[in-house]
Amino acid sequence: MLSDNESPTINHIPGHVKHDGHNMTGFIIFLCSESIIFFAFFVGYGILKVTAPVWYPEGIDGIAVKEPLINTVILVSSSFVIYFAEKSLHKKNLWGFRFIWFITMLMGSYFVYGQYIEWSELSFSLQSGVFGGMFYLLTGFHGLHVITGILLMGLMLYRSFLPNNYKGGEMGVESVSLFWHFVDVIWIILFVLIYLWQ
Amino acid sequence: MTIINYDQRLVTSKNPYPKGPNDWKRFFSFNTDAKVIGIQYIVTALFFLLLGGLLGMLVRGELITPPSDLFDPTVYNGLYTMHGTVMLFLFLFPMLSGLTNLLVPPMIGAPDMAFPKLNALAFWLVPVFSIILLLSFFVPGGPASSGWWSYPPISIQNPLGKMINGEMLWITAISLSGISSIMGAVNFVTTIIRMRAPGMGFFKMPIFIWTVLAAQLLQLLGLPALTGGAIMLFFDLSFGTSFFRIEGGGDPVLFQHFFWFYSHPAVYVMVLPVFGIFSELFPVYARKPLFGYKFVAVASFGITILSLVVWVHHMFYTGTPMWMRNLFMFTTMLIAVPTGVKVFAWIATLWGGNLRLSTPMLFCLGGLFNFIFGGITGVMLATVPVDIHVGNTYFVVAHFHYIIFNTIAFGIFAGIYHWFPKFTGRMFYEGLGKVHFALTFVGATLNWLPLHWAGLLGMPRRVASYDPEFAIWNVIASIGAFILGVASIPFILNMVSSWVRGKAAPPNPWKAIGLEWLLPSPPPHENFEDDIPTVLNEPYCYGLDKPFVQDEQFYIDKSFKKH
Repeated sequence: MLSDNESPTINHIPGHVKHDGHNMTGFIIFLCSESIIFFAFFVGYGILKVTAPVWYPEGIDGIAVKEPLINTVILVSSSFVIYFAEKSLHKKNLWGFRFIWFITMLMGSYFVYGQYIEWSELSFSLQSGVFGGMFYLLTGFHGLHVITGILLMGLMLYRSFLPNNYKGGEMGVESVSLFWHFVDVIWIILFVLIYLWQ
Repeated sequence: MTIINYDQRLVTSKNPYPKGPNDWKRFFSFNTDAKVIGIQYIVTALFFLLLGGLLGMLVRGELITPPSDLFDPTVYNGLYTMHGTVMLFLFLFPMLSGLTNLLVPPMIGAPDMAFPKLNALAFWLVPVFSIILLLSFFVPGGPASSGWWSYPPISIQNPLGKMINGEMLWITAISLSGISSIMGAVNFVTTIIRMRAPGMGFFKMPIFIWTVLAAQLLQLLGLPALTGGAIMLFFDLSFGTSFFRIEGGGDPVLFQHFFWFYSHPAVYVMVLPVFGIFSELFPVYARKPLFGYKFVAVASFGITILSLVVWVHHMFYTGTPMWMRNLFMFTTMLIAVPTGVKVFAWIATLWGGNLRLSTPMLFCLGGLFNFIFGGITGVMLATVPVDIHVGNTYFVVAHFHYIIFNTIAFGIFAGIYHWFPKFTGRMFYEGLGKVHFALTFVGATLNWLPLHWAGLLGMPRRVASYDPEFAIWNVIASIGAFILGVASIPFILNMVSSWVRGKAAPPNPWKAIGLEWLLPSPPPHENFEDDIPTVLNEPYCYGLDKPFVQDEQFYIDKSFKKH
């Protein structure tokens, strides 16, 4: 924001006012809003868990924690990995960025794969009572975000091979990295709610 | 620094489009100019106002006689559901997005919105979800019929067992509308935070900008909750989950929480920009500074924050525990405080002013009058014992329409008339405008005032037939509804003929203060382009010795030179 109150002449800003440069602000506002959907689901989960007369579907009295825990560790540590990727981009170490960025993508893909394995081994379905619905809704909706994150990372990786990638690409990399941290934090809450609070 | 006398300038402009593309085709294209998008939104919304009004008149036509004779009761359920949905999601939200798009960039001195492409995308979602919603008239089983709130278990019945049914299309359309609104909100908030003119601190922004910021933050905080609820409702309806299905262990009341957590603030999303319009227009037409500018500005955020914690007052009679009822009765009544601050500020602005009773001012005064009335019935409804007595009767319908039409739509009409010369470059016909106001005010009052009595006597809402003792109130209400239908004729006539062959508008026909009035009419593509003014004071210093912007004369001369 320019404040030129003291200057006696009219404030002439050279060139047209740029439209870009607000992407990060817009993206942060969007993420805050997006987190409300998850918040709504979490609150719904909590209320139903506390009030529902029957919670787990018949024949189930809990849900395995071990494999999801490995998944969690991988996803959460990928948040640190992506930080180093971003850092190497700032240091103009382009190949370092691409390599670490790709590792993050692999870790995210492993998470999706682990989720798929878990889903295929479960004995209950979306229609199995309130818990069944909630479980698949929450993990599925989060999984969609993970897949979106991986696709966005792929896009950024592709853009890093285009000429002038430092010009427009950096903002995109920062946004995707922020998105990935967001997906991570959501997963931690989700993990606590679904797997630890049994 | 010279003080500008706003009363000296005369009309000099001849051609309203000196440079800009005077091509109607741009309104049918993926145009990224906020001014084009604004007009696209407004014209689309006005079309749906006619459609929603037609549905409303069909509802009133059915209710003019006690028995259910015009339509089958099932058809009637679809009619009032679609009336409410069209009016809220296809008329009011797009209309306010349109006004916001038109007004925000010029008012804060920005060339355009922060994300023009996102802006265009948000608009083009409107025809998409509108068509999806209207298609539901043609699917087997008819459109959604569970009311605009779509409560389960009624909304998850799906008696025909078809995958594509009215309710499913309804949920899809509402979710798309939510996505469009979020795109808009991200855009508006970013624009207001990042793109204000030099010198325009928060406490020098026009009140309209304050209210838009408050309203759009509310969208960002509230709307995703409804989207979450809608996703769960969709799963219950289409994929056999049981989030809200009692026989599967779910909780139908949970949906009411999701729905009202957003849909109560949604009313504030709509009414806040209208408060902004009132605050802009009263000083102009009373020739006085806005009373208590800072209080009016901050009160907008008071409303935003409070409105997030009042939603349970819609659920006093759905098994809510007593402590919760009392708590939400208290928070609901607290909202009367910031709202009261605004009302007092407007009345104090008018007090002793040199009132100019032109069409925009008449709509503002009518809207303010109706808002005070609707606000008082709102406080009545917030009281738990009264609400339990009159809940789900026509008293609620009457209160709601006093806010949503008699205040919000009045404010919207006032805004359209006030800024019409600015954005079309043409003056409207004052006489037709006054006829429009008279018909609207009489029609709206006849339509909704009697329904308060019908409701207090116990007439339930959402029924096609009723006891003959309520007949008299309903006959008056239906006559009012048809007068409202007639009122659209002078309005359309005025808008179309003025835009085509109205008198050319000067840059500042109302002698108003504000950045948008320093621009030519219509403003050039990027508003101020390179010469963005430095703002010195808030735009309400009528008759005060305080300059609005630095070198104001330069901008006034420039805005005239365009012609």
